[in-house]
Amino acid sequence: MGKYIVRRLLTAIPTILVISFIIFAIVDLSPSDPTGNLPLTIPPEVRAKIRAALGADDPFVVKYVKWLNQFFIAEPLNFIETVTDIEFPGSEDRTRVISWATRGPVIDIIAERLPQTLWVVGSSYILGVLIAIPVGIYSAYRQYSVFDQVGTFLMMVGFSVPTFFTGLMFIIVFSVNLKWFPSVYDTTLVVTDIETLKEQLRQMIMPVTVLTLYTTAQMSRYTRASTLENLQQDFVRTARSKGLTERVVVSRHVVRNSLIPVVTLIALGIPGIFAGALITEQIFRVNGIGQYLIIAIQGGDLPTVQTVTFIFAVLVVLFNIVADVLYGILDPRVTYT
Amino acid sequence: MTVKAKTKPAQLEAAEMVKARTFAGDAWNQFRKHKLGMIAIGVLAVIILGVLFGPLFWTLDPEYIDMSLMGLPPIISSPEHPWGTDTLGRDTLARALQGGRVSLLIGISAMFVSITIGTVIGLASGYFRRLDNPLMRMTDIFIALPQLPLLLVLMMLFREPLKASFGVEGGVFILMVSVIGGLQWMPTARLVRGEVLTVKSREFITAADAVGSQDGRILASHILPNVMSPVIVAATFSVAAAIITESALSFLGLGFPPDFPTWGRLLFDGKDYMTITWTLVFWPGLLISLTVLCVNFIGDGLRDALDPRLRR
Repeated sequence: MGKYIVRRLLTAIPTILVISFIIFAIVDLSPSDPTGNLPLTIPPEVRAKIRAALGADDPFVVKYVKWLNQFFIAEPLNFIETVTDIEFPGSEDRTRVISWATRGPVIDIIAERLPQTLWVVGSSYILGVLIAIPVGIYSAYRQYSVFDQVGTFLMMVGFSVPTFFTGLMFIIVFSVNLKWFPSVYDTTLVVTDIETLKEQLRQMIMPVTVLTLYTTAQMSRYTRASTLENLQQDFVRTARSKGLTERVVVSRHVVRNSLIPVVTLIALGIPGIFAGALITEQIFRVNGIGQYLIIAIQGGDLPTVQTVTFIFAVLVVLFNIVADVLYGILDPRVTYT
Repeated sequence: MTVKAKTKPAQLEAAEMVKARTFAGDAWNQFRKHKLGMIAIGVLAVIILGVLFGPLFWTLDPEYIDMSLMGLPPIISSPEHPWGTDTLGRDTLARALQGGRVSLLIGISAMFVSITIGTVIGLASGYFRRLDNPLMRMTDIFIALPQLPLLLVLMMLFREPLKASFGVEGGVFILMVSVIGGLQWMPTARLVRGEVLTVKSREFITAADAVGSQDGRILASHILPNVMSPVIVAATFSVAAAIITESALSFLGLGFPPDFPTWGRLLFDGKDYMTITWTLVFWPGLLISLTVLCVNFIGDGLRDALDPRLRR
């Protein structure tokens, strides 16, 4: 198993390099000008100097190699330095990925915005999975019952209705008409006592509910399908004929087997939640990573776009490996060669 | 004796009257049992017909700016404007009908792009052993690309050059269809490859090979028909996915220009005024959701109908 993980990680390196090249090349084709948003009164010579200082005029290969160095060597070293006390030589002149818009390191802004995304998106994902698994299992166990019929219908609805529509409807109903929850997520809020905690929960309810509905719908569909498949297996009949109680048959024999693909799907879905956050953050004005990416795209801030997009790509590759490894751990029939 | 002889052919005739069963007929019989799928077909037909022929009956111009309504709070609903108007006095129903044409057309065109790419790559990598590894590695890389961010980036980058060569609407349409299609073919490719691998090892392929059929002929007339069922199901779901993606892009402001309504664009334009007029976001959003829901239900029904193993 250890050998397998190492090999998968090693083969992921070329994949990640290819992806980084594709993303970097696509974004670099953009006609965006880092001085485009500056006042028109700035003379052209100064503009040219600003461009040169930002490295916007370098040839493609130079920019790419610089970025690779910044992203894969400089930033990880900085991270290790801030977390631990180890000092690496040359920490003064290590260049970082600099945003054209804020003139600050992209990674710092991401680190600032990550908690908001994780709070909203992460909690809804966990909540969604926790609801979806029992619903899916029960729905499959009582196939064709009223619960199952209503449940599968609602799963399809939750899966089909886009989050940007449910989000807007929630705002209209719950914040405009009923005035229960705020429609804008206030990130300056610091949780210090019970009052602010209540306020934080109040503003989290809507975005979290919208995302949870979607995750629940998707995950319960998978869980139901996988449980149905296992319920028809011979070993279930054997377990029943041995005289085991239904409880034991379902929990020990069916559920344990049907959750194997579900667990891998949960792992595969984690990178997707960041993409889903793009839209939800836009609706509820949460200043997380998704919103940052959209601002960067609209403002033509290429280093930011390249870095954030690439981080998403790395997450996809990484969680693909995690899913495969989990599959092998959970299912002893799967052997790695 | 003679009577008996006469009745016998008559009985045979009656037996011959029984219609020959076809694959499509069987599938339809199975599909009819899927109640939600049947309802979905009905609802979707209403939406499609409404969008296609609605503008013939609802003759208000979607771009007509009603000066008498300008500056006033937008109407939520009135006899002249049952779905209300926006802040410029433009009729929401007329705009939703117009927008539906674009949204549905994008959904269907993007589906054709992604299904064609997916099927060709799947067939090639399943059939030609030498192509299998490189093509599947490429598929893996495409799967690892972050879809929505990349779509946004591509929309931002190529909007201007394509606008210049195909006009504003044409350019965005071509771009939208090709990027959505070009980033959604991977599941189809994997699916087709898997099916091809199982079909390829059957005897009739060996037989076709033995009588000297060319690769192209084996692929087109022996393998492709056998992998069509999952492809049709995947195609249905990919229409739904494409409609959602188009709406999401328009919703994030990276779709069509403002005066060119699509369902997603209407949502995007309406969301800033929704505290005043909820109809502006409600109707287009409802249409998107209903269409996607119907397409998904039909896909579900088709999956059951086209798989002979699942027939009851």
